[in-house]
Amino acid sequence: MIRIKCPYCGLRDHSEFNYIGDATKLRPINPELANDDEWFDYIYIRDNPRGVHQEYWQHISGCRSYVKVLRDTVTHEVLKTGLPSDDLLFSYEAEK
Amino acid sequence: MFSKKNKQQIRRLSSGGLIDRSKPIGFKFDGKPLMGYVGDTLASALLANNVKLVGRSFKYHRPRGIYTAGTEEPNALVALRTDARTEPNTRATNIELFDGLEAKSQNRWPNLFLDVMQINNLAGPLFTAGFYYKTFMGMPGWHFYEYFIRKAAGMGSTELERDPDTYDKKNAFCDILIIGGGPTGLSAALSAGRTGARVLIIDSSKLLGGQLIWELDQIDDKPALQWIESALKELNEMKNVTIARRTTAFGYYDSNVVNAIESVSDHLPTPEPHTVRQRLWQIRAQKVIIATGATERPLVFSNNDRPGIMLASAARRYANQFAVKPGNRAVIFANNDDGYKTAVNLAEKGIDVRAVVDSRTYVNEFWKTKLDELGVELILGSAVINTHGHFGLTGVDIASLSSDQKSTSSQSTFISADLLAISGGWSPNVHLYCHAGGRPQYEASIAAFVPGLRSQSEYPAGASNGAFSLIDCITEGTNCGIQLATELGFSKTIFSIPQTDEPSVTPIKALWRIPGKGKKFVDIQDDVTESDIKLAHQEGYISVEHLKRYTTLGMGTDQGKTSNMNGHAIMAEERGEAIETVGTTMFRPPYIPIAMGPLAGRDIGQSYSAKRKSAIHNWHHENGAIFIDAGQWLRPQYYLRNGEANTTQNMDLAITREVKGTRGNVGMVDVSTLGKIDIQGADSSEFLNRIYTNGWTKLAIGKARYGLMLREDGIVFDDGTTSRLSEHHYFMTTTTSNAASVLSHMEYCLQVHWPDLDVKISSITEQWAAMAIAGPKSRDVLQKTIDEEDLSDETLPFMGVKQISIDGIPALIFRISFSGELAYEVNVPADYGEYVWRRIMEKGTTDNIIPYGTEAMAIMRIEKGHVAGGELDGRTTPDDLGMNKLISSKKEFIGRRLLQRDGFLDPKRPKLVGLIPTDGKSRIRTGSILVKDPNASLPMPKLGHVSSGAYLSPTLKHPISLGLITGGSKRIGETVWATSPLHGEINEVKIVDPVFYDKQGERLNG
Amino acid sequence: MSKYSVLSLIKNAFSDNKNWERAWRDPEPKKYYDIIIIGAGGHGLASAFYLAKNHGIKNIAVLEKGYLGGGNTGRNTTIVRSNYMLDENALFYEKSLKLWEQLSHELNFNVMFSQRGVLNLANSDSQMDAITRRGNTMRLNGIDAELLDRRQVEKMIPYLDFSDTARFQIKGGLLQRRGGTARHDAVAWGFARGADQLGVDIIQNCEVTGFKTKGNNIEIVETSRGPIGCGKVGFAVAGSTGHLASKLGMKLPIESHVLQAFVSEPLKPVIDHVVTFGAGHFYISQSDKGGLVFGGDIDMYNSYAQKGNLPLIEDVVTAGLAMIPGLSRLRIVRHWGGIMDMSMDGSPIIGKSPIDNLYLNCGWCYGGFKATPGSGWVFAHTIANDAPHELNAGLNFDRFRVGRSVDENGGGPIPNRH
Repeated sequence: MIRIKCPYCGLRDHSEFNYIGDATKLRPINPELANDDEWFDYIYIRDNPRGVHQEYWQHISGCRSYVKVLRDTVTHEVLKTGLPSDDLLFSYEAEK
Repeated sequence: MFSKKNKQQIRRLSSGGLIDRSKPIGFKFDGKPLMGYVGDTLASALLANNVKLVGRSFKYHRPRGIYTAGTEEPNALVALRTDARTEPNTRATNIELFDGLEAKSQNRWPNLFLDVMQINNLAGPLFTAGFYYKTFMGMPGWHFYEYFIRKAAGMGSTELERDPDTYDKKNAFCDILIIGGGPTGLSAALSAGRTGARVLIIDSSKLLGGQLIWELDQIDDKPALQWIESALKELNEMKNVTIARRTTAFGYYDSNVVNAIESVSDHLPTPEPHTVRQRLWQIRAQKVIIATGATERPLVFSNNDRPGIMLASAARRYANQFAVKPGNRAVIFANNDDGYKTAVNLAEKGIDVRAVVDSRTYVNEFWKTKLDELGVELILGSAVINTHGHFGLTGVDIASLSSDQKSTSSQSTFISADLLAISGGWSPNVHLYCHAGGRPQYEASIAAFVPGLRSQSEYPAGASNGAFSLIDCITEGTNCGIQLATELGFSKTIFSIPQTDEPSVTPIKALWRIPGKGKKFVDIQDDVTESDIKLAHQEGYISVEHLKRYTTLGMGTDQGKTSNMNGHAIMAEERGEAIETVGTTMFRPPYIPIAMGPLAGRDIGQSYSAKRKSAIHNWHHENGAIFIDAGQWLRPQYYLRNGEANTTQNMDLAITREVKGTRGNVGMVDVSTLGKIDIQGADSSEFLNRIYTNGWTKLAIGKARYGLMLREDGIVFDDGTTSRLSEHHYFMTTTTSNAASVLSHMEYCLQVHWPDLDVKISSITEQWAAMAIAGPKSRDVLQKTIDEEDLSDETLPFMGVKQISIDGIPALIFRISFSGELAYEVNVPADYGEYVWRRIMEKGTTDNIIPYGTEAMAIMRIEKGHVAGGELDGRTTPDDLGMNKLISSKKEFIGRRLLQRDGFLDPKRPKLVGLIPTDGKSRIRTGSILVKDPNASLPMPKLGHVSSGAYLSPTLKHPISLGLITGGSKRIGETVWATSPLHGEINEVKIVDPVFYDKQGERLNG
Repeated sequence: MSKYSVLSLIKNAFSDNKNWERAWRDPEPKKYYDIIIIGAGGHGLASAFYLAKNHGIKNIAVLEKGYLGGGNTGRNTTIVRSNYMLDENALFYEKSLKLWEQLSHELNFNVMFSQRGVLNLANSDSQMDAITRRGNTMRLNGIDAELLDRRQVEKMIPYLDFSDTARFQIKGGLLQRRGGTARHDAVAWGFARGADQLGVDIIQNCEVTGFKTKGNNIEIVETSRGPIGCGKVGFAVAGSTGHLASKLGMKLPIESHVLQAFVSEPLKPVIDHVVTFGAGHFYISQSDKGGLVFGGDIDMYNSYAQKGNLPLIEDVVTAGLAMIPGLSRLRIVRHWGGIMDMSMDGSPIIGKSPIDNLYLNCGWCYGGFKATPGSGWVFAHTIANDAPHELNAGLNFDRFRVGRSVDENGGGPIPNRH
């Protein structure tokens, strides 16, 4: 069981959450101006890192928040959690 | 259950042991009635009754006896209990004896003594590692040979009967979890418990104390049992300490979550009423002390598998804990001090210990003196090189070992013995440490793998950490408990380490195999021999993983607990490399085999998945509804009338009746299962504009609109109607199956993409009951039911929305239609759902109102060419479904951008059409494939498929279907073939417009 | 190299089995290979085997960071089938199945391909419709398929839950009799021995650490055993594809996820087919050693750890008991995980890459094992001809961009839904 700290509910089992996926994929802010490559990249292409991964989990059986999680894909260790607006990787690196 | 008359337990010692001689127990082994005592295991009771032969080995069907006294048992696997409670492959060494216990030996036919498959033993050189890979390659194919080979494989048998017992799950939280209640675990629990930390200590046995239970150690000059007793007394008094017995940790998962199985009732004939058999524990700990001890290893020499050969620690455990003589004439063979302990314990209990054979050339004076005193011969620098006997050991051959241990003297000495106790050293139980992510390291001084770096908050201590002496266990346990409690912020307390009476240790000298001819078993359960390992090496299967997979080393029920270390070390010797280089295979959960029952817990049978019933369910049930599963929902599929049996014919009649009744008069269907989402906030219109393909900003208050949602990749995601209740308030409906995913999608959009939008959404599916009332008389019926409002076209036109009341109950009424008829969807608070439904049915009686189910609903929507699940299959675009008119070109919305890709514009894409059999009567099955020439050669070019088929349109009096076909509406008028080879059906069909009925939509006005 | 046969077994038994030769060599890497396949799993080895056998290419190496067959080849539930609906998948997997039928003979290595039948249960009317469509498509593609009703399923597999207490009743099932299981390790070993005999260098314990490129070509493969020059490079590293691609700055429509698998204690034969559940994700068969081998969903989160967590195990077992209540007292002896390369549409990617001399073989999701010989066959063709075989033409890398996803279950561009 991976234990994830929901910013609203506290430390909870990952079975309370739905895994959503890569949180670094940002929808083009101006959909009209974004080119085909940007759309293709956003929808289909993943960094898929072996190591630190910034991802979304939805606290589906709790407050239904989308929680941003910084997690190691090799050890499954949760390094940091936060709100969608947080840049966890940046603050994690800064704290290191 | 059986006669309590004390059958002879000829191997039972007259005194001692932790058995209750006042409580004799009857049990049966292979049908033979035997007696034991409370406190026995099945294994100890069998030994007490001089039962030596308990099983047959996997491959060669060699006679096998009890080999260990614990969880690691590879041989003594029995079928425990009978009938539906049969538990195949159960370790006799772990079964607490209970009254009436029945056990049977396995893997033999017709019986243990006359096993015909022992022919395999004679063909030994043929059945070497890799045998099957090298033959049976020709015709008639492996599946033919396999039929015979499979029968010989396997061990226990099962009839797959339904389990009469129940299971449960439990959650636990603690500061410090201590796994193992031996000296290490108890010491840790004491020291951590005294700080006030919340401690949970679990142990797989009924009795805490671990190995101390059956060793004769002294602590502070008193028997260890007294120390255990006082420790338990203190722990029991601490409110912050919980002790869980008969609870075995089987896996260490992420985030320091440890799972365990509690054997609640396995020691009883059957569980007590209202009590489960086993319970799954999910333990969330901040720190975990792994105090799981160590497992003794056997030695690898010729014919080291005969009944009567067992681990040295097991032999003394049977004598000390169970007062059983594991043999009458014993020889001990070891490469470490453990054998001496066994020799002394056995000799002191009056067993004739003939000799201690030590492969080392030196042992300390303490043991020498002890053996001298007891008259036990000590043979140093020697080894057992062969054994004799068939169904039981009769003697051993002993020869001296060369200094490099690679050869033995040509002369050997025979010693008559019926017990050979062996010890090849101890392997720390690093399993849980490895589950946590750790990689063990080889420690030459104890010839074993020990824990290395920590990967989570796991702290191996004591024997599981490679510290084998009692004093080290107590010290490590005590210190670990204190240290972790302090780290968690609990204050230190004073403690002292007690004293023990252990002699100094002469270091082990690794001895991985003893020269000699004959089968030298490494994995005694799977019959993997030293020569198999040599062959694997010779053929290039030199990685430990290849070794395992090629020879099946360590793949049995014991997962190599007694065999892997020896096997890997032998491979290291063959490769001429260091053991740490060769490494070890992965330690995978579960630590012990675990039954599947507790993993499912109570979620079995009807409780496998939640059952969702609408608020109107009871009415449906009382009125002949036949229900269909729609995901977790139960929905009326059709309604049978009084006396109608549920036959296909009556189903067809019912559906026809419902369609005709609705189109002719009025019908009502429960649509509470549709997803309903409440949307509020100043930016609600903008939000809908972004998630639907069509425009929403101009929707008037009090109006509903059909909306289409796409995925980001342009594929149709969902559809439904959404109504504007006020300036900033919408009521959305989704399909039943996508209710949850649409809600999550919208939440994602709001929280991640557009947090700046002022929109709040909430699922209200369960809060509202919904019913669609349809048919030319629907307005009349509804008008009669509601309190005051006028439902005329003027006040409630098509796609209008109105808040009304029914008997004072507030209701939302939408004039929308799925059936194509004049229709209304009535939403009321769920608690009033059944009441309102009943009221409408009552009021509609004179208009011949009829309830209809999902089948009639489906036929009517096919008649109208509306798409549903069959068409929204996650592969169709709006254009495929003829929905381009819903694609706004004036705004941005999710999925828009990717609609223009080549693949989406490909003229070959199948598009929605209607299909009618040219003969006017053949049923066109859903899932039929549309082809141009049904006799074309295979693989046959396919034009499309039938996505929704109606066996008959009661309205049109002939079958109709919807399908997707290349070319779509351009082909209208053509005929093609619908084929269902699975049913041997080929029917010519005509392609028509998907709207079969009332193309102008005139009926919407009644 | 001697041939395996009953005679060779008897002959060797009489010589105390001392004359068996190595199954494959342990060569030092050469300075240059015409083709380097990265990954000595089933796919990589099969690719090398068919490159040598079908295309006459001699100078081939297969590089493996650990031991051969140590990835997903050796940690799956061994199911082989071709019961796919979409042509791109169906025709490819059927080719693979046909290769399986001859594989033991072709490799002179018994891969124990057991055509015991694969039955997909349907537990709802809509599932019956779905398997009808799939089965019909299979038949028109020349693939064997039979639709069974509830009664026929019960006759064939009586131990499934046909009681009134089943939450979701069994409505029927789709049977592919030619489907079945194979001995997973033997597939890797058979291809390794076969490729080795054709001169392929299989280099184990040789981890790829980087690439040297010139223009849009890979010139050198850097490894833990030194740099190796190459003409062409093929990736066949399943869950490690993304990691390896990142060394070239290449990103792919792939996520790595952990898929767990389970085996029970050995039992006398009791489950004689491969059976899959309709009302939950669960599949089971019984190995020739007697263990019940089963699995279900991936753990759902990105992972490179070859281990999963208990919630998924509880889900799998719960579905298992819903399908076969009699499993309740049987015991799991081991569970483990493999890293799946989950693609964006659930179908594999076999073909050319954005780099001129690099070819991709990835995105296998749950389906890699059964594809092994077919994958090797078409990947070898693609590499040798610098153009895809007709059977993998639709399984290319560009299909996502141009809107030609091969989405068998309609899950969309979300890897864990496939």
